[in-house]
Amino acid sequence: MIRLRGVRKSFGARDVLRDVGFDVAAGEVACLIGPSGSGKSTILRCINGLESHDAGTIEVDGMTVTPQSLPQVRAAVSMVFQRFNLFPHRTALQNIIEGPVHVLGQPLAEATARAMALLERVGMASHAQAFPRHLSGGQQQRVGIARALAMEPRAILLDEPTSALDPERVGEVLKVMRDLADGGMTMIVVTHEIAFAREAADSILFVDNGVIAEQGPAAEFLANPKTDRTRLFLSRVRHPI
Amino acid sequence: MQEFLADAALFLPVLLRGLGMTLLLTIAALAVSIALGLLWVLMGYSRFAPLRWISRAIINIIRGIPIIVQLFCIYFVLPEWGIDLPPFAAGVFGLGIAYSVYQAENFRGGLSSVDKDLIEAGTMLGMTWPVLMRRVVLPLGIPAALPSLGNTTIMLLKDSSIASTITIAELTRAGQLLAISTFKNGTVYLLIALLYLAASLPMAAGVRALERRFARK
Repeated sequence: MIRLRGVRKSFGARDVLRDVGFDVAAGEVACLIGPSGSGKSTILRCINGLESHDAGTIEVDGMTVTPQSLPQVRAAVSMVFQRFNLFPHRTALQNIIEGPVHVLGQPLAEATARAMALLERVGMASHAQAFPRHLSGGQQQRVGIARALAMEPRAILLDEPTSALDPERVGEVLKVMRDLADGGMTMIVVTHEIAFAREAADSILFVDNGVIAEQGPAAEFLANPKTDRTRLFLSRVRHPI
Repeated sequence: MQEFLADAALFLPVLLRGLGMTLLLTIAALAVSIALGLLWVLMGYSRFAPLRWISRAIINIIRGIPIIVQLFCIYFVLPEWGIDLPPFAAGVFGLGIAYSVYQAENFRGGLSSVDKDLIEAGTMLGMTWPVLMRRVVLPLGIPAALPSLGNTTIMLLKDSSIASTITIAELTRAGQLLAISTFKNGTVYLLIALLYLAASLPMAAGVRALERRFARK
């Protein structure tokens, strides 16, 4: 479904991605973990074309990601942002129908009906008419997930979806993500939530210094990390003090 | 004081007609300046490089020439090339073109205040550049530009007095004619000043209201 081979990306003199390669199969949930600045978010942004990669190939749903293929690629993969990035001048409902109506050209009534169903699914139906500034972080992120789903994507990229939330609000967003994963959605999640990775992820990829330093099935990866670097990272995430 | 009031009663009908013309001129020139300013700024944001160069060149040229010289060019020079505009139209286009560069700067400030994250969100949804502009950047950027747009409108109201030089009977010109024929310079120019203030103070209040509204968001 999503395949990266030899992907490189540098910002000026700084090499952010140095030879990144991995596969995510349809229906698979892959978690990218790793220290800040290791390149996790950049990987997601390259897949969806928000950043262009300098070398290597990225394939999404059989399409190679190039400037020409970006419209089709973006129709196939939606993204959820760390800071939600909801449109502040539109209600929760309007945020969700924005893409379907103004990009996909769906009739308003049909898009609205589908958006309401999605709001129901993320537990936000009663806030359909609320503007983002009147919603908590967790509520905004659930709308953000519904907005991504409204594009009927083949895969969803989530960039630290719970990092900007109050600790009390993390659970409600993780639950929505968990339901998505159980429903068979292909997902790549950049996260520090090891508990979510353990329960919902099929595979875990440890990104360090611009490369995939280690990867494996989630349970095995967490139980038996192979390298010292991975062990050190996991122990620091699990036991911060 | 008695004399002042008597003169004022005599002069005011003439001056109020002048004020009406001033307001008409200001509103028409404002519309032209907004339309052109928006055009310059959208050209400036274009991905097509020559459009960006043209936009920058136009802004630099217009900004570098005094408004009164621009008005003279339109009113006195263009007729030599076969474009003979009546005074009011010349005033509207002259002031509108001159002010379009300030409007472009206002819009540029407003549009560049739009959060890059929101532009990414629109891009992620697959929006093309025109859709992104229409659905995200303009609806958020133009309201952000309104306070500075209001200040520019007040400047335009005052600078509309320059149109008196091309025979438009707006407030300043009406007053000049009164002053010349009656020699009551003090009364006439005091009244003119008060009338400009009466028109600009409500605008200033409007600008402050807009600023408060956007500070709250």
